[in-house]
Amino acid sequence: MLAYTLQRLLYVIPVAFGVSVICFMLVHIAPGDPLTAVMPIDATAEQQAAMRAEYGFDKPLPVQFAIWFGNALQGDLGASIATGRSVSSEVSRAVGNTLILAFAASLIGFPLGIFFGFVAGIFKDTLIDRAVTAFAITGVSVPNYWLGIVLVVIFSVTLGWLPSTGAGPGGSTNWAWDFEHLRFIILPAVTLAVVPMGIVTRTVRALVGDILSQDFVGALRAKGLSQVGVLRHVVRNVTPTALSVVGLQLGYLLGGSILIETVFNWPGTGFLLSNAIFQRDLPLLQGTILVLALFFVFANLIVDLLQPLVDPRIKRG
Amino acid sequence: MTDPTANLLEIENLEVRFHGERTVHAINGLDLELKSGEVMTILGESGSGKSVTLKALLKLLPERRTAMSGSMTVGGIDVMALKGRALSDYRGKTVSMIFQEPALALDPVYTIGDQIAEAVMRHERVSKKDALARALDMLKRVRIPSPESRLKNYPHEMSGGMRQRAMIALALACKPDLLLADEPTTALDATVQIQVLLLLRELQKEFGMGIVFVTHDIGVAVEISDRIAVMYAGNIVEEGTVGEIIKDPRHPYTKGLLASNLHDADAGETLSSIPGSPPPLDVKPDHCSFAPRCAHAEERCLSALPPVFKPGPGRRVACILEEGRAPQRLGQRLPEPA
Ligand SMILES: Nc1ncnc2c1ncn2[C@@H]1O[C@H](COP(=O)(O)OP(=O)(O)OP(=O)(O)O)[C@@H](O)[C@H]1O
Ligand SMILES: [Mg+2]
Repeated sequence: MLAYTLQRLLYVIPVAFGVSVICFMLVHIAPGDPLTAVMPIDATAEQQAAMRAEYGFDKPLPVQFAIWFGNALQGDLGASIATGRSVSSEVSRAVGNTLILAFAASLIGFPLGIFFGFVAGIFKDTLIDRAVTAFAITGVSVPNYWLGIVLVVIFSVTLGWLPSTGAGPGGSTNWAWDFEHLRFIILPAVTLAVVPMGIVTRTVRALVGDILSQDFVGALRAKGLSQVGVLRHVVRNVTPTALSVVGLQLGYLLGGSILIETVFNWPGTGFLLSNAIFQRDLPLLQGTILVLALFFVFANLIVDLLQPLVDPRIKRG
Repeated sequence: MTDPTANLLEIENLEVRFHGERTVHAINGLDLELKSGEVMTILGESGSGKSVTLKALLKLLPERRTAMSGSMTVGGIDVMALKGRALSDYRGKTVSMIFQEPALALDPVYTIGDQIAEAVMRHERVSKKDALARALDMLKRVRIPSPESRLKNYPHEMSGGMRQRAMIALALACKPDLLLADEPTTALDATVQIQVLLLLRELQKEFGMGIVFVTHDIGVAVEISDRIAVMYAGNIVEEGTVGEIIKDPRHPYTKGLLASNLHDADAGETLSSIPGSPPPLDVKPDHCSFAPRCAHAEERCLSALPPVFKPGPGRRVACILEEGRAPQRLGQRLPEPA
């Protein structure tokens, strides 16, 4: 177990490095000059060169990368070109908000997805299954920003029950777990939860249906287990795969959704990312993408470490 | 079990029909009797309905797609009427089952010990500790080496023969009156197969239970059973003691089976000595199902079900060829003089 854990942890290093290289490159491959947005239109060639040198954009790319990577290792992702504020602090504040939203969406999406998946799987090919599956597929297929807008129209504009944008009263961005703030999270969290819920429903339905069709389920009935007893076995069998799907979806939730955070003005990473893109704010863009990509890497790591604990068939080193 | 002459198992006129995309008349008016402590083998080709008969006895067939009629009793319990709690009390305790493929019939993510203990705890009011002690005892009885450590093994950590022993331990853990064994040795190597058969026979004597054993291998049937019932297209065409069936087969199908088993040792292959293939079973048979493949078939074989002759106690043959030989008959139809 220890060997496996260590091996899995070491494996993160090359992956994280690769991710850093890609994040850095992606942003540089994009056309256009990163400084046009902040440079005065009538800047002379010397002024432009001076500015470029100030931000380090005059150096060859590998050198730029080495500097950026070395700083990133120390937690310094540079300064935002647009605001001049430290990228690390901008990103970490946004990450906090995205985590809160992801947590709320997880609380809604995963339990519902698992529940619907079980119901559909147990009643496979019946009316119940068809209804649940149709519901799940609709959730996955509907563009979620559109769903977000529809929810806003219904619950904010028409009914006036819930606020439509922001993360707190009066545009506050300091989250608190109180009623006033929770009102703001309901609509974005529900909107964000719909896709993972649908995907988890479909996966769990397929898994449960598959397990229930296996011989050993007949053998469990043959030894006298009740429906509930059989279901306990199904749960144990479904858990490992369900866990990895939930892990991937968690990565998706942590990544935040540019569209949803933009629709709801939620001050998270997605929102930050869209600002960075529209303002061509290179350091901010690189930093945000890097942190989001690392989230995926770590979500996978956690799933991989948990998997052997729930599935005896995976060799424990 | 109190009256040794009473039947442990009685199946009368069992019919099983599956409906779905395609209707299958899997069992068509099957009769079967078994005394306690007796080992009966159902012998038949693939698709003849052997597994369906066993599953019907445990009511394991998919409820929504299966129509069942007739009567089945085990130790006086009316199986047809069982449902809910009474049904799950009956399963595993009165009747239990060993499956063909132990690798598929055991839950891959539970240890062997837990799976046996679960059955014990389900049927007897004992603690987990006592149930595990029983599991250990059962593993010893089926002679699994180092049973203490095997208790904590998962199925994938054992060999095929070992898994089948574990499956037998599981099936016998609650001392059932009747054991159903669906080709329990087919998935095993020849040597392991013999060991498992001998073990089963020994445990059967020790526990005194009745066994309905299913196979398509006559060699296996001879090894394990007291009596053999030959099955074709969802019905028994001939029944007798092992000696009677081997030395004096009466039904043309039985004769063909014996001949082909002598030729190709690999059972389950196409039967070399019987041309043609089993009927599709999409309609309920209204004449002898074997007639189209039978060298002795007459016109009347194709126009009505064959009469059932009972040339002796526990002996029956469903074929017109018996007509001249045995006076006693118990047919659905009086054979008319030609
Ligand atoms: N659940 C089911 N739904 C529909 N048809 C079924 C079902 N189970 C069995 N059958 C059909 O019933 C017939 C008898 O099947 P059964 O499994 O009893 O054969 P078998 O004698 O056990 O053969 P084998 O030696 O291959 O195991 C076959 O035609 C099979 O296709
Ligand atoms: Mg079978």
